[in-house]
Amino acid sequence: MTVTRIGEAVRRKEDHRFITGKGQYTDDIFRPRQTHAYFLRSPHAHARIRRLDTAEAAAMPGVVGILTGKDLAEDKIGDLICGWMIHDIHGQPMKMGSHPALAKEKVRYVGDHVAVVIAERLDQARDAAEAIEVDYEVLPAVADLATATDATAALVHDEIAGNLAFEWHLGHKAMTDHAFERAHHVTRLDIVNNRLVPNPMEPRAAIGEYDSGNDSFTLWTTSQNPHVARLVLSAFVGIAPEHKLRVIAPDVGGGFGSKIFIYAEETVCAWASKRVGRPVKWTSDRSEAFLSDAHGRDHITTAELALDERGKITALRVKTRANMGAYLSTFASSIPTYLYATLLSGQYDIPAIHAAVEAVYTTTAPVDAYRGAGRPEATFVVERLAEAAAREIGMDPADFRKKNFIRKFPHQTPVIMTYDIGNYRASLDKAMEIADVKGFNRRRRQSAREGKLRGLGYSCYIEACGIAPSQAVGSLGAGVGLWESAEVRVNPTGNVEVLTGSHSHGQGHETTFAQLVSDRLGIPIEQVTVVHGDTDKVQFGMGTYGSRSGAVGMSAIVKALDKVEAKAKKIASHLLEAAEADIEFKDGKFSVAGTDRSIDFASVALNAYVAHKFPTSEIEPGLKEGAFYDPVNFTFPAGTHICELEIDPATGRTTICNWTAVDDFGVVINPMIVEGQVHGGIAQGVGQALLEGAAYDRDGQLVTGSFMDYAMPRADDLPSFKMGFTETKCPSNPLGIKGCGEAGAIAAPAAVMNAITDALGTEAVPMPATPQTVWKIARTRAAPRAAE
Amino acid sequence: MALELTGSYELPVPREAVWEALNDPEMLKRCIPGCEELEKTSDNGFRASAVAKIGPVKARFKGSVELTDLDPPAGYRIAGQGDGGIAGFAKGGAVVKLEPSEAGTTLHYSVDAQIGGKLAQLGQRLVAGTAKKLADQFFEAFAKAVTEKAAA
Repeated sequence: MTVTRIGEAVRRKEDHRFITGKGQYTDDIFRPRQTHAYFLRSPHAHARIRRLDTAEAAAMPGVVGILTGKDLAEDKIGDLICGWMIHDIHGQPMKMGSHPALAKEKVRYVGDHVAVVIAERLDQARDAAEAIEVDYEVLPAVADLATATDATAALVHDEIAGNLAFEWHLGHKAMTDHAFERAHHVTRLDIVNNRLVPNPMEPRAAIGEYDSGNDSFTLWTTSQNPHVARLVLSAFVGIAPEHKLRVIAPDVGGGFGSKIFIYAEETVCAWASKRVGRPVKWTSDRSEAFLSDAHGRDHITTAELALDERGKITALRVKTRANMGAYLSTFASSIPTYLYATLLSGQYDIPAIHAAVEAVYTTTAPVDAYRGAGRPEATFVVERLAEAAAREIGMDPADFRKKNFIRKFPHQTPVIMTYDIGNYRASLDKAMEIADVKGFNRRRRQSAREGKLRGLGYSCYIEACGIAPSQAVGSLGAGVGLWESAEVRVNPTGNVEVLTGSHSHGQGHETTFAQLVSDRLGIPIEQVTVVHGDTDKVQFGMGTYGSRSGAVGMSAIVKALDKVEAKAKKIASHLLEAAEADIEFKDGKFSVAGTDRSIDFASVALNAYVAHKFPTSEIEPGLKEGAFYDPVNFTFPAGTHICELEIDPATGRTTICNWTAVDDFGVVINPMIVEGQVHGGIAQGVGQALLEGAAYDRDGQLVTGSFMDYAMPRADDLPSFKMGFTETKCPSNPLGIKGCGEAGAIAAPAAVMNAITDALGTEAVPMPATPQTVWKIARTRAAPRAAE
Repeated sequence: MALELTGSYELPVPREAVWEALNDPEMLKRCIPGCEELEKTSDNGFRASAVAKIGPVKARFKGSVELTDLDPPAGYRIAGQGDGGIAGFAKGGAVVKLEPSEAGTTLHYSVDAQIGGKLAQLGQRLVAGTAKKLADQFFEAFAKAVTEKAAA
């Protein structure tokens, strides 16, 4: 039994549970007398409900209850909310369309919730749903983002003119325009950031249970942030007061952002359990997940980069139209604004930036955070522009970047952010060396001899993680603070339970958080248990998203550990009969400085609880400390990814030959877990670039509604990644860590598309660059760049 | 999701016999795969229900059918809409044209339909493939029935 240090690639503690089938997910939970919910969903993108008749269905076998928007109103259950207020260019609050958990007069996307049938068995609920009669007055769909604000478009929300939720600007317009007027060269790109379906392995699920004895609710659900879910369901939706609502997010099989949000189904399960007087369970099937999980990305952008005669960037101008879908989901408004436009400076010293964003309603599923959330869209804009600009002025893309990198820190960008630290040149140099960029032309000639087109693309990404200082986000419109809490409970026998407000759903917190405690207290990692995901156990927490669990969640644990150590030192000073100032704590031992007298951590823990040997009038018995940690800044992980690929012009097939990722995440707690996070992120980013694209037809039908039409990346789409790290310690948190969860997904799409456009010799390649798309472009271009 | 389907069939009977059969609800009911009901509600209107299985989705469609652009015996347009409950909906029509031919009659059809809900989610390939199969089944049965009727 040895101590595990920070930086060790120790195996994940939770994996024994997962790989032996002992994980407990929401759907694995069976409550006595539980019933099953089936949601009747709209088959139309946009329709008025003229009549809804549930009488026949209610009499079907096994039916316990059928509830509609009318019942919701009867119980005064409030709308689902968007928790980030954006003020538009006129200073007006964004226009939030009413978002009831069950439709009232209108349905606004295919999959919108019309009614819920609750029955003894799921098949009975489904059969009864079949017997519900709905008379729809079908209205025109608003499925095309580009034309959704036209005067001829139907209104998704009758009261919101032009389907515009808000128009919002960031940066200095006059300065930016002025720089463009004086520019030596302007590079302009039209960019579509394709819409994605999140598809976590485990679909969403919920069980609501009402306890009439205590007039309280319990909701088991697939949430990345159970406390936030409880807060929203209490304070806004009005299910029950916070102290009468327990939310438990047990093992959760991936989220990628899609399980941050408070959805209709989970809300209805909680509420309905009181209506029917029995637990109500719902588990999404994959088809429902495609329709109703909040989608990601979906931007149309025009971006311009102004350069001076030496290739130095003088300004960036961006116009983006972002699809919000039919309703503003929980954090939807923050994604194309403060999580997007604030990162448009990338790794570059850009004197003037202006971004104009329109957030637009359409009759499609709501769009919200998806791994990276705004930052992949920003990186894609900046990095595609950088590559295209370098090509246009005949400069090597790496040299162009080196010329424009920020070199001095802290650096204030023109778009709010203050980058605290970084060394962008170091990551690029290391990546170029690992990727053998020098040998690329030779490899390209070899490919050309075989009739293939080879390309190389860079992506020097930056992200803002560890969200975030509560005052800062509050001033930007966030409805909550973004600190984190932790509690360290030392048991009398010296083992430790860490209660955290972060939630683990694939990130490996049970290992990395335990690793931190083991390192700090000098006890074996096996003696540390991490508790999370239950509002009755953990006092409060803001949850896991925005790569914040390390930088914010672990920092809170460090603060609690500081307090534990301070108190333990006091107790140790009595046990060792020495002055408190002379007590040193190292490697799990308290010792008196300059002597060989010492006592181990477990003995101090035991003494803390038996309380025989210190004055309890001065020191309280017990050893348990809590802390809240509010970050002082965002963290700014950054790095360089290089993608090298080969296209077969005869088939359009793109094969990624080499992938190099050099990331600066600050201090790395567990390199194996961090590499795993980056691998997964790259896979998702490559998926976006080559395979994935959610499409609605003009009637608003989701035509990529299953894995037959929506392609996810598979192992054989990816090479073995070459990884490297550079390190600049984050100065704003005690561990010096920055966060790594989203980096791959942020960096990858631009790297792939820069390589594809390099190979094909044209900038006009849309995502996903499927074989069909690539083949069509390759046909029209004769041996581009191959002969260089 | 839009669905388009065109085709033609050779029928070994005169055009008038085909036209008559195309206007005979009993005949159509027997030939439409999964048809459970086809009741005349007006001169050119019908109430219809049919069970269809497309991939994993099985649904009973209830709806109405109307004949328009009647041009005896050269053809008509048959249009309808059906509600398949939780499976979604289908609506659309087919232009049917009859031309005399050496063998008897050539029937041309051109279907233009929209489907929505779970059915649309199944994807173009599965739905289009099934629609083509259903059309083939219908015309096979229809050809057999008109031939038998003409021989009787």
